[in-house]
Amino acid sequence: MNSTLNQEQIFKLLSEIPDPEIPVINIIELGILREVKLENDLCTVVITPTYTGCPAMKVIEDDIKIKLKEIGIENVKVELVYTPAWTTDWISDTAKEKLRAYGIAPPDYSSIDKAVLLGKARDLKCPLCGSKNTEMISQFGSTACKALYRCLDCKEPFDYFKCL
Amino acid sequence: MEQAKFEYLLRLADSSLIIGHRLSEWCGHGPVLEEDIALTNIALDFVGNATALYTYAAQVEGKGRTEDDLAYLRNEREYRNLLLTEQPNGDYAHTIARQFLYDVYTFFLYEELKNSKDETIAAIAAKSHKEITYHLRHTTGWIYRLGDGTAESHERLQNALNGLWPFTSDLFDMDGTDALLIKEGVAVDLNKIKEQWEKRVKEVITEATLQIPSTPFKQKGSRDGKHTEHLGFLLAEMQYVHRAYPGAKW
Repeated sequence: MNSTLNQEQIFKLLSEIPDPEIPVINIIELGILREVKLENDLCTVVITPTYTGCPAMKVIEDDIKIKLKEIGIENVKVELVYTPAWTTDWISDTAKEKLRAYGIAPPDYSSIDKAVLLGKARDLKCPLCGSKNTEMISQFGSTACKALYRCLDCKEPFDYFKCL
Repeated sequence: MEQAKFEYLLRLADSSLIIGHRLSEWCGHGPVLEEDIALTNIALDFVGNATALYTYAAQVEGKGRTEDDLAYLRNEREYRNLLLTEQPNGDYAHTIARQFLYDVYTFFLYEELKNSKDETIAAIAAKSHKEITYHLRHTTGWIYRLGDGTAESHERLQNALNGLWPFTSDLFDMDGTDALLIKEGVAVDLNKIKEQWEKRVKEVITEATLQIPSTPFKQKGSRDGKHTEHLGFLLAEMQYVHRAYPGAKW
Protein backbone atom coordinates (compact mmCIF):
# COMPACT_ATOMS: atom_id res chain seq x y z
CA MET A 1 0.00 0.00 0.00
CA ASN A 2 1.41 3.34 -1.09
CA SER A 3 -1.01 5.53 0.81
CA THR A 4 -0.17 6.97 4.20
CA LEU A 5 -3.72 7.97 5.06
CA ASN A 6 -5.33 6.59 8.18
CA GLN A 7 -8.88 5.26 8.54
CA GLU A 8 -10.48 8.62 9.32
CA GLN A 9 -8.74 10.30 6.41
CA ILE A 10 -9.89 7.59 3.99
CA PHE A 11 -13.43 7.87 5.35
CA LYS A 12 -13.32 11.59 4.74
CA LEU A 13 -11.92 11.12 1.24
CA LEU A 14 -14.81 8.81 0.36
CA SER A 15 -17.25 11.60 1.22
CA GLU A 16 -16.33 13.02 -2.20
CA ILE A 17 -18.32 10.19 -3.81
CA PRO A 18 -21.82 11.37 -4.72
CA ASP A 19 -24.88 9.13 -4.77
CA PRO A 20 -25.15 8.03 -8.43
CA GLU A 21 -28.86 8.80 -8.63
CA ILE A 22 -29.01 11.92 -6.44
CA PRO A 23 -25.62 13.55 -7.09
CA VAL A 24 -26.20 16.52 -4.76
CA ILE A 25 -25.59 14.39 -1.69
CA ASN A 26 -22.69 12.08 -0.95
CA ILE A 27 -22.64 8.54 0.37
CA ILE A 28 -21.84 9.65 3.93
CA GLU A 29 -24.69 12.16 4.09
CA LEU A 30 -27.02 9.47 2.80
CA GLY A 31 -25.86 7.01 5.46
CA ILE A 32 -24.67 4.39 2.96
CA LEU A 33 -20.99 4.43 3.99
CA ARG A 34 -20.74 2.81 7.42
CA GLU A 35 -17.10 2.06 8.15
CA VAL A 36 -13.55 1.92 6.86
CA LYS A 37 -11.16 -0.68 8.25
CA LEU A 38 -7.44 -0.94 7.61
CA GLU A 39 -5.75 -4.25 8.33
CA ASN A 40 -2.23 -4.89 7.06
CA ASP A 41 -2.51 -3.95 3.40
CA LEU A 42 -6.25 -4.63 3.08
CA CYS A 43 -8.75 -1.79 3.12
CA THR A 44 -12.29 -2.91 3.92
CA VAL A 45 -15.11 -0.49 3.19
CA VAL A 46 -18.49 -1.32 4.74
CA ILE A 47 -21.62 -0.06 2.99
CA THR A 48 -25.33 -0.70 3.49
CA PRO A 49 -28.06 -0.51 0.83
CA THR A 50 -30.95 1.94 1.06
CA TYR A 51 -33.22 -0.61 -0.59
CA THR A 52 -32.33 -4.31 -0.84
CA GLY A 53 -32.40 -4.25 -4.62
CA CYS A 54 -30.92 -0.78 -5.11
CA PRO A 55 -29.05 -0.94 -8.43
CA ALA A 56 -26.85 2.00 -7.37
CA MET A 57 -24.93 -0.20 -4.91
CA LYS A 58 -22.80 -1.76 -7.64
CA VAL A 59 -21.96 1.70 -9.01
CA ILE A 60 -21.07 2.92 -5.52
CA GLU A 61 -18.84 -0.11 -5.01
CA ASP A 62 -17.00 0.65 -8.27
CA ASP A 63 -16.71 4.36 -7.38
CA ILE A 64 -15.14 3.47 -4.03
CA LYS A 65 -12.56 1.22 -5.72
CA ILE A 66 -11.70 3.88 -8.31
CA LYS A 67 -11.36 6.57 -5.63
CA LEU A 68 -9.04 4.45 -3.52
CA LYS A 69 -6.99 3.40 -6.54
CA GLU A 70 -6.35 7.09 -7.25
CA ILE A 71 -4.46 7.35 -3.96
CA GLY A 72 -2.65 4.06 -4.43
CA ILE A 73 -4.86 1.70 -2.43
CA GLU A 74 -5.58 -1.29 -4.65
CA ASN A 75 -6.29 -4.08 -2.18
CA VAL A 76 -9.89 -3.13 -1.41
CA LYS A 77 -12.83 -5.18 -0.21
CA VAL A 78 -16.29 -3.62 -0.27
CA GLU A 79 -18.56 -5.33 2.22
CA LEU A 80 -22.35 -5.12 2.06
CA VAL A 81 -24.13 -5.27 5.42
CA TYR A 82 -27.87 -5.39 6.13
CA THR A 83 -27.80 -4.73 9.83
CA PRO A 84 -28.63 -2.31 11.30
CA ALA A 85 -31.14 -1.80 8.48
CA TRP A 86 -30.78 1.53 6.69
CA THR A 87 -33.31 4.16 7.61
CA THR A 88 -34.09 7.63 6.28
CA ASP A 89 -33.47 8.84 9.86
CA TRP A 90 -29.76 8.67 9.00
CA ILE A 91 -30.02 11.40 6.39
CA SER A 92 -28.58 14.52 8.02
CA ASP A 93 -30.49 17.82 8.18
CA THR A 94 -27.96 19.48 5.87
CA ALA A 95 -28.46 16.70 3.36
CA LYS A 96 -32.24 17.07 3.65
CA GLU A 97 -31.90 20.74 2.80
CA LYS A 98 -29.75 19.82 -0.22
CA LEU A 99 -32.44 17.41 -1.36
CA ARG A 100 -35.09 20.12 -1.09
CA ALA A 101 -32.98 22.58 -3.07
CA TYR A 102 -32.49 19.87 -5.72
CA GLY A 103 -36.28 19.51 -6.06
CA ILE A 104 -36.79 16.34 -4.04
CA ALA A 105 -39.02 16.62 -0.98
CA PRO A 106 -36.97 15.11 1.88
CA PRO A 107 -38.38 12.48 4.26
CA ASP A 108 -40.27 14.50 6.84
CA TYR A 109 -40.88 12.15 9.72
CA SER A 110 -39.21 9.36 11.61
CA SER A 111 -38.94 5.89 10.04
CA ILE A 112 -41.86 4.15 8.56
CA ASP A 113 -45.23 5.66 9.23
CA LYS A 114 -48.11 3.52 10.43
CA ALA A 115 -50.33 5.35 7.94
CA VAL A 116 -48.57 3.31 5.28
CA LEU A 117 -50.64 0.30 6.27
CA LEU A 118 -53.88 2.19 6.04
CA GLY A 119 -53.05 3.53 2.62
CA LYS A 120 -53.14 7.17 3.72
CA ALA A 121 -50.77 9.64 2.18
CA ARG A 122 -49.38 12.53 4.21
CA ASP A 123 -49.47 16.23 3.41
CA LEU A 124 -46.16 17.25 1.98
CA LYS A 125 -44.61 20.58 1.23
CA CYS A 126 -43.85 21.23 -2.43
CA PRO A 127 -40.04 21.65 -2.73
CA LEU A 128 -40.52 24.24 -5.48
CA CYS A 129 -43.16 26.68 -4.18
CA GLY A 130 -43.55 25.55 -0.57
CA SER A 131 -47.30 24.94 -0.81
CA LYS A 132 -48.79 22.15 1.29
CA ASN A 133 -51.56 21.70 -1.22
CA THR A 134 -50.03 18.55 -2.73
CA GLU A 135 -51.18 15.03 -3.54
CA MET A 136 -49.56 11.67 -4.09
CA ILE A 137 -49.64 10.37 -7.66
CA SER A 138 -47.87 7.09 -6.99
CA GLN A 139 -46.23 5.41 -4.01
CA PHE A 140 -43.48 4.24 -6.35
CA GLY A 141 -41.36 6.73 -8.27
CA SER A 142 -38.33 7.07 -10.48
CA THR A 143 -36.14 5.06 -8.07
CA ALA A 144 -36.91 2.57 -5.30
CA CYS A 145 -36.45 5.21 -2.62
CA LYS A 146 -38.84 7.79 -4.06
CA ALA A 147 -42.59 8.35 -4.43
CA LEU A 148 -44.20 10.66 -6.97
CA TYR A 149 -46.26 13.69 -5.89
CA ARG A 150 -47.70 16.76 -7.53
CA CYS A 151 -48.30 20.27 -6.30
CA LEU A 152 -51.86 21.50 -6.83
CA ASP A 153 -50.79 25.16 -6.65
CA CYS A 154 -47.72 25.44 -8.88
CA LYS A 155 -48.86 22.33 -10.82
CA GLU A 156 -45.38 20.83 -10.86
CA PRO A 157 -44.81 17.12 -10.21
CA PHE A 158 -42.04 16.32 -7.73
CA ASP A 159 -40.21 13.38 -6.17
CA TYR A 160 -40.54 12.58 -2.49
CA PHE A 161 -37.83 10.66 -0.68
CA LYS A 162 -40.07 8.23 1.16
CA CYS A 163 -39.47 7.20 4.72
CA LEU A 164 -38.04 3.81 5.45
CA MET B 1 -28.71 -28.46 10.37
CA GLU B 2 -26.67 -26.65 7.67
CA GLN B 3 -28.41 -28.74 4.99
CA ALA B 4 -31.81 -27.80 6.43
CA LYS B 5 -30.82 -24.16 6.58
CA PHE B 6 -29.68 -24.24 2.95
CA GLU B 7 -33.02 -25.77 1.96
CA TYR B 8 -34.93 -23.16 3.97
CA LEU B 9 -32.99 -20.28 2.41
CA LEU B 10 -33.71 -21.63 -1.06
CA ARG B 11 -37.44 -21.69 -0.29
CA LEU B 12 -37.40 -18.05 0.75
CA ALA B 13 -35.10 -16.92 -2.06
CA ASP B 14 -36.84 -18.88 -4.83
CA SER B 15 -40.24 -17.43 -3.96
CA SER B 16 -38.81 -13.91 -4.03
CA LEU B 17 -36.99 -14.42 -7.32
CA ILE B 18 -39.95 -16.04 -9.09
CA ILE B 19 -42.53 -13.47 -8.01
CA GLY B 20 -40.00 -10.73 -8.79
CA HIS B 21 -39.56 -12.16 -12.28
CA ARG B 22 -43.32 -12.39 -12.80
CA LEU B 23 -43.71 -8.73 -11.84
CA SER B 24 -40.85 -7.72 -14.11
CA GLU B 25 -42.85 -9.18 -17.03
CA TRP B 26 -45.14 -6.15 -16.63
CA CYS B 27 -42.28 -3.79 -17.48
CA GLY B 28 -43.49 -1.72 -20.42
CA HIS B 29 -46.94 -3.35 -20.29
CA GLY B 30 -48.52 -1.79 -17.18
CA PRO B 31 -52.10 -0.51 -17.48
CA VAL B 32 -50.93 3.02 -16.58
CA LEU B 33 -47.44 4.46 -16.28
CA GLU B 34 -47.55 4.73 -12.48
CA GLU B 35 -48.43 1.04 -12.14
CA ASP B 36 -45.74 0.04 -14.61
CA ILE B 37 -43.22 1.87 -12.42
CA ALA B 38 -44.71 0.52 -9.20
CA LEU B 39 -44.57 -3.13 -10.27
CA THR B 40 -41.01 -2.90 -11.55
CA ASN B 41 -39.96 -1.16 -8.31
CA ILE B 42 -41.54 -3.96 -6.30
CA ALA B 43 -39.93 -6.56 -8.59
CA LEU B 44 -36.57 -4.96 -7.82
CA ASP B 45 -37.17 -5.30 -4.06
CA PHE B 46 -37.89 -9.00 -4.48
CA VAL B 47 -34.90 -9.68 -6.72
CA GLY B 48 -32.69 -7.78 -4.26
CA ASN B 49 -34.06 -9.85 -1.39
CA ALA B 50 -33.44 -13.04 -3.41
CA THR B 51 -29.84 -12.00 -4.15
CA ALA B 52 -29.11 -11.46 -0.46
CA LEU B 53 -30.65 -14.82 0.47
CA TYR B 54 -28.89 -16.73 -2.35
CA THR B 55 -25.55 -15.22 -1.41
CA TYR B 56 -26.03 -16.45 2.14
CA ALA B 57 -27.38 -19.84 0.95
CA ALA B 58 -24.29 -20.37 -1.18
CA GLN B 59 -22.13 -19.54 1.82
CA VAL B 60 -24.06 -21.97 4.06
CA GLU B 61 -23.81 -24.71 1.43
CA GLY B 62 -20.05 -24.16 1.16
CA LYS B 63 -19.61 -25.86 -2.21
CA GLY B 64 -18.28 -22.85 -4.05
CA ARG B 65 -21.53 -22.02 -5.83
CA THR B 66 -22.52 -18.36 -6.24
CA GLU B 67 -25.89 -16.61 -6.10
CA ASP B 68 -25.95 -16.67 -9.91
CA ASP B 69 -25.37 -20.43 -10.02
CA LEU B 70 -28.30 -20.94 -7.70
CA ALA B 71 -30.62 -18.70 -9.69
CA TYR B 72 -29.64 -19.69 -13.21
CA LEU B 73 -28.39 -23.25 -13.10
CA ARG B 74 -31.14 -25.18 -11.34
CA ASN B 75 -34.11 -26.84 -13.04
CA GLU B 76 -37.74 -26.64 -11.96
CA ARG B 77 -37.69 -29.75 -9.76
CA GLU B 78 -34.84 -28.13 -7.80
CA TYR B 79 -36.78 -24.90 -7.33
CA ARG B 80 -38.59 -24.48 -4.02
CA ASN B 81 -40.72 -21.39 -4.68
CA LEU B 82 -44.35 -21.38 -3.58
CA LEU B 83 -46.82 -22.42 -6.29
CA LEU B 84 -48.66 -19.13 -5.91
CA THR B 85 -45.60 -17.12 -6.99
CA GLU B 86 -45.20 -18.86 -10.35
CA GLN B 87 -48.82 -18.41 -11.49
CA PRO B 88 -49.03 -16.35 -14.70
CA ASN B 89 -49.82 -12.64 -14.58
CA GLY B 90 -53.17 -12.93 -16.41
CA ASP B 91 -55.12 -9.67 -16.40
CA TYR B 92 -54.31 -6.91 -13.90
CA ALA B 93 -56.83 -8.28 -11.40
CA HIS B 94 -54.96 -11.61 -11.45
CA THR B 95 -51.62 -9.97 -10.79
CA ILE B 96 -53.06 -7.85 -7.98
CA ALA B 97 -54.87 -10.80 -6.39
CA ARG B 98 -51.72 -12.96 -6.49
CA GLN B 99 -49.60 -10.14 -5.14
CA PHE B 100 -52.05 -9.26 -2.36
CA LEU B 101 -52.27 -12.86 -1.10
CA TYR B 102 -48.49 -13.06 -1.18
CA ASP B 103 -47.84 -9.62 0.36
CA VAL B 104 -50.02 -10.40 3.39
CA TYR B 105 -48.08 -13.65 3.74
CA THR B 106 -44.61 -12.09 3.51
CA PHE B 107 -45.67 -9.22 5.77
CA PHE B 108 -46.34 -11.61 8.66
CA LEU B 109 -43.62 -14.11 7.71
CA TYR B 110 -40.82 -11.53 7.59
CA GLU B 111 -42.08 -9.85 10.73
CA GLU B 112 -41.46 -13.18 12.51
CA LEU B 113 -38.18 -13.82 10.67
CA LYS B 114 -36.80 -10.63 12.17
CA ASN B 115 -36.58 -12.66 15.40
CA SER B 116 -34.75 -15.59 13.82
CA LYS B 117 -31.78 -16.81 15.85
CA ASP B 118 -29.80 -16.81 12.62
CA GLU B 119 -28.39 -13.27 12.54
CA THR B 120 -28.07 -13.03 8.77
CA ILE B 121 -31.65 -14.16 8.17
CA ALA B 122 -32.86 -11.74 10.84
CA ALA B 123 -30.92 -8.85 9.24
CA ILE B 124 -32.21 -9.52 5.73
CA ALA B 125 -35.74 -9.90 7.12
CA ALA B 126 -35.58 -6.59 9.02
CA LYS B 127 -34.47 -4.84 5.84
CA SER B 128 -37.05 -6.48 3.59
CA HIS B 129 -39.94 -6.07 6.01
CA LYS B 130 -39.79 -2.30 5.62
CA GLU B 131 -40.13 -2.69 1.86
CA ILE B 132 -42.89 -5.29 2.14
CA THR B 133 -44.95 -2.79 4.15
CA TYR B 134 -45.04 -0.55 1.08
CA HIS B 135 -45.92 -3.50 -1.17
CA LEU B 136 -48.85 -4.42 1.03
CA ARG B 137 -50.09 -0.87 1.07
CA HIS B 138 -50.04 -0.81 -2.71
CA THR B 139 -51.94 -4.07 -3.26
CA THR B 140 -54.44 -3.42 -0.46
CA GLY B 141 -55.38 -0.16 -2.18
CA TRP B 142 -55.94 -1.98 -5.46
CA ILE B 143 -58.08 -4.73 -3.88
CA TYR B 144 -60.42 -1.99 -2.59
CA ARG B 145 -60.46 -0.14 -5.88
CA LEU B 146 -61.06 -3.14 -8.12
CA GLY B 147 -63.36 -5.04 -5.74
CA ASP B 148 -65.50 -2.04 -4.89
CA GLY B 149 -65.12 -0.50 -8.37
CA THR B 150 -67.21 -1.34 -11.43
CA ALA B 151 -69.17 -4.55 -12.02
CA GLU B 152 -66.47 -5.57 -14.51
CA SER B 153 -63.53 -4.98 -12.15
CA HIS B 154 -65.39 -6.69 -9.30
CA GLU B 155 -66.08 -9.77 -11.39
CA ARG B 156 -62.52 -9.99 -12.70
CA LEU B 157 -60.99 -9.74 -9.24
CA GLN B 158 -63.40 -12.30 -7.80
CA ASN B 159 -62.54 -14.70 -10.66
CA ALA B 160 -58.83 -14.14 -10.01
CA LEU B 161 -59.23 -14.90 -6.29
CA ASN B 162 -61.25 -18.03 -7.09
CA GLY B 163 -58.58 -19.24 -9.48
CA LEU B 164 -55.65 -18.61 -7.15
CA TRP B 165 -57.24 -19.78 -3.91
CA PRO B 166 -56.28 -23.49 -4.25
CA PHE B 167 -52.60 -22.46 -4.14
CA THR B 168 -52.90 -20.70 -0.79
CA SER B 169 -52.75 -23.93 1.23
CA ASP B 170 -49.22 -24.40 -0.15
CA LEU B 171 -48.18 -21.22 1.71
CA PHE B 172 -48.50 -22.94 5.07
CA ASP B 173 -47.25 -26.42 4.21
CA MET B 174 -44.41 -27.58 6.47
CA ASP B 175 -42.12 -30.62 6.60
CA GLY B 176 -39.13 -31.98 8.53
CA THR B 177 -36.92 -29.08 7.47
CA ASP B 178 -39.29 -26.60 9.10
CA ALA B 179 -39.67 -28.75 12.22
CA LEU B 180 -35.90 -28.95 12.72
CA LEU B 181 -35.30 -25.23 12.17
CA ILE B 182 -38.28 -24.14 14.27
CA LYS B 183 -36.77 -26.10 17.15
CA GLU B 184 -33.49 -24.23 16.62
CA GLY B 185 -35.30 -20.88 16.54
CA VAL B 186 -34.22 -20.22 12.95
CA ALA B 187 -37.46 -20.80 11.02
CA VAL B 188 -40.99 -19.50 11.51
CA ASP B 189 -43.81 -21.81 12.56
CA LEU B 190 -46.23 -21.17 9.71
CA ASN B 191 -49.21 -22.24 11.80
CA LYS B 192 -48.54 -19.12 13.83
CA ILE B 193 -48.91 -16.74 10.92
CA LYS B 194 -51.74 -18.66 9.23
CA GLU B 195 -54.37 -17.16 11.51
CA GLN B 196 -53.02 -13.62 11.02
CA TRP B 197 -52.98 -14.15 7.27
CA GLU B 198 -56.56 -15.46 7.19
CA LYS B 199 -57.79 -12.61 9.35
CA ARG B 200 -56.16 -9.84 7.31
CA VAL B 201 -57.12 -11.34 3.94
CA LYS B 202 -60.72 -11.76 5.07
CA GLU B 203 -60.92 -8.19 6.40
CA VAL B 204 -59.68 -6.62 3.18
CA ILE B 205 -61.60 -8.89 0.81
CA THR B 206 -64.86 -8.38 2.71
CA GLU B 207 -64.34 -4.62 2.86
CA ALA B 208 -63.82 -4.68 -0.90
CA THR B 209 -67.28 -6.36 -1.24
CA LEU B 210 -65.69 -9.61 -2.43
CA GLN B 211 -66.16 -13.18 -1.22
CA ILE B 212 -63.59 -15.55 0.24
CA PRO B 213 -63.59 -18.41 -2.32
CA SER B 214 -65.25 -21.58 -1.07
CA THR B 215 -63.40 -24.07 -3.29
CA PRO B 216 -62.34 -27.20 -1.37
CA PHE B 217 -59.57 -27.89 -3.90
CA LYS B 218 -56.03 -27.63 -2.55
CA GLN B 219 -52.77 -27.77 -4.42
CA LYS B 220 -49.45 -28.30 -2.65
CA GLY B 221 -46.01 -29.47 -3.67
CA SER B 222 -43.51 -26.61 -3.59
CA ARG B 223 -41.64 -28.15 -0.64
CA ASP B 224 -40.69 -31.10 -2.86
CA GLY B 225 -40.18 -29.08 -6.01
CA LYS B 226 -43.44 -30.30 -7.57
CA HIS B 227 -44.61 -27.32 -9.58
CA THR B 228 -47.40 -26.31 -11.91
CA GLU B 229 -46.55 -26.38 -15.61
CA HIS B 230 -45.91 -22.62 -15.63
CA LEU B 231 -42.55 -22.66 -13.84
CA GLY B 232 -40.65 -24.50 -16.59
CA PHE B 233 -41.57 -21.85 -19.16
CA LEU B 234 -40.63 -19.05 -16.78
CA LEU B 235 -37.21 -20.58 -16.05
CA ALA B 236 -36.57 -21.25 -19.74
CA GLU B 237 -36.94 -17.55 -20.42
CA MET B 238 -35.19 -16.29 -17.28
CA GLN B 239 -32.18 -18.62 -17.56
CA TYR B 240 -31.73 -18.55 -21.33
CA VAL B 241 -28.95 -15.97 -21.66
CA HIS B 242 -26.93 -17.34 -18.75
CA ARG B 243 -27.08 -20.88 -20.15
CA ALA B 244 -26.56 -19.91 -23.79
CA TYR B 245 -23.47 -17.82 -22.99
CA PRO B 246 -21.85 -19.38 -19.93
CA GLY B 247 -19.63 -16.98 -18.05
CA ALA B 248 -20.62 -13.98 -20.19
CA LYS B 249 -20.01 -10.60 -18.58
CA TRP B 250 -21.32 -7.11 -19.31
